[in-house]
Amino acid sequence: MALAKRIIPCLDVDNGRVVKGVNFVGIRDAGDPVEIAKRYNDEGADEITFLDITATHEGRDTTVHTVEKIASQVFIPLTVGGGIRTVDDIRTMLNAGADKVSINSAAVFNPDFVKAASDRFGAQCIVVAIDAKKVSVDGEEPRWEIFTHGGRKPTGINAVEWAMKMAEYGAGEILLTSMDGDGTKKGYDLGVTRAISDAVPIPVIASGGVGNLQHLVDGVTLGRADAVLAASIFHFREYTVPQAKEFMRAQGIEVRL
Amino acid sequence: MTDVERKQTVAVIDYGMGNLHSVKSALEHVAPEQNVVVTSDPAVVATADRVIFPGVGAIRDCMAEIKRLGFDQLLREQIATGKPVLGICVGMQALMDHSEENNGVDCIHILPGQVKFFGEHHKDAEGNALKVPHMGWNEVHHNDHPLWANIPQNARFYFVHSFYIHAREAALVAATCNYGVEFHAALTRGNLFAVQFHPEKSHTAGLQLLKNFLHWNGKA
Repeated sequence: MALAKRIIPCLDVDNGRVVKGVNFVGIRDAGDPVEIAKRYNDEGADEITFLDITATHEGRDTTVHTVEKIASQVFIPLTVGGGIRTVDDIRTMLNAGADKVSINSAAVFNPDFVKAASDRFGAQCIVVAIDAKKVSVDGEEPRWEIFTHGGRKPTGINAVEWAMKMAEYGAGEILLTSMDGDGTKKGYDLGVTRAISDAVPIPVIASGGVGNLQHLVDGVTLGRADAVLAASIFHFREYTVPQAKEFMRAQGIEVRL
Repeated sequence: MTDVERKQTVAVIDYGMGNLHSVKSALEHVAPEQNVVVTSDPAVVATADRVIFPGVGAIRDCMAEIKRLGFDQLLREQIATGKPVLGICVGMQALMDHSEENNGVDCIHILPGQVKFFGEHHKDAEGNALKVPHMGWNEVHHNDHPLWANIPQNARFYFVHSFYIHAREAALVAATCNYGVEFHAALTRGNLFAVQFHPEKSHTAGLQLLKNFLHWNGKA
């Protein structure tokens, strides 16, 4: 027996409400983040990720209060992401009760920020979020690039090389979202998940596109991810966390039950 | 107030290394009848009924703060009083003799043993690559110490660490865990107990351990 593969429900939060977009636009409301986080905690989720999708544009006070409320009721690790750009942003979220922060665009604009953050707070609480999109065409050697701003801006950076660089810079974990898959319910991009999982020495969380429980299994077995993240399948109660775990266990994956 | 009515107090030692809110809220959750204080004041620690010594981040920075604040001495004194003391994660590692982290750091020498690196190319028994840090829920094989009361054998706890503990004396080991190598997930000696995992983040099993600690008299 060994380390369990983790199931991580993700709350995409817009102005204090859990929402879930399709390909990062077209949002529908899924409820109160504190209630939902509590439910996942009680159901046996292994961690919770909270992504503030308004953060780049708007004030963060609501987010901080919501994180505080969640942290006081949830006794599993809590990752907070969205708009984390400075050491002060990290400190604010850790003080509010987050265990880890997820750094996305800020890492792309200033990779040394990841180094500084990891030195100051420890690699264990620095997650680097990578939004990757396939840029090769069929028949070519597969290639993925980093996109920022919710998948709208290409950067020209190779996703696998970037993940390796972030691990060197002190990231404790990679949260890999396939922008092609996100919100589509067609499953993770297993190609990029596998390529990055095999390339980096740190854990990788697969994200983007889960529509059924087989997708979670595939993320672990074919994508070789250490953890699988999903949002809408849990929010809209298509599946519960225990159902997901039973399904994974039945296919030989070690999970915490 | 009579002694019977006096609220028990647990002091969580704050030396500026990381978020202690989760420790505090977990303690309050399992023992609302007790007083939980997060403090860097040695006088407050000294009057507490129980002491928690947490820690996250790099050992070099942790040890520098511990020594600057004189908390190594404070811990020795507190342990000597016989009151229950619980070390968590890097707090546990700091209690050892020495850590390989940050090119080697001398620790507090309260528990004999070393803190070692899992390694750059860590593998399991079948030769599969293992990610470092060891992050996530792993099984803990424990002895029959009172802090494990109502916790099933091989219950999973949440770990996040790249360095692991190997105590020099088998008699100190209260639990083991396997991640490519068997390491010591919990150590105990008298009124001191220390865990590598994060009980405050380990849901039911972790909350039970904290509850057991808050009702422990410091005797095995």
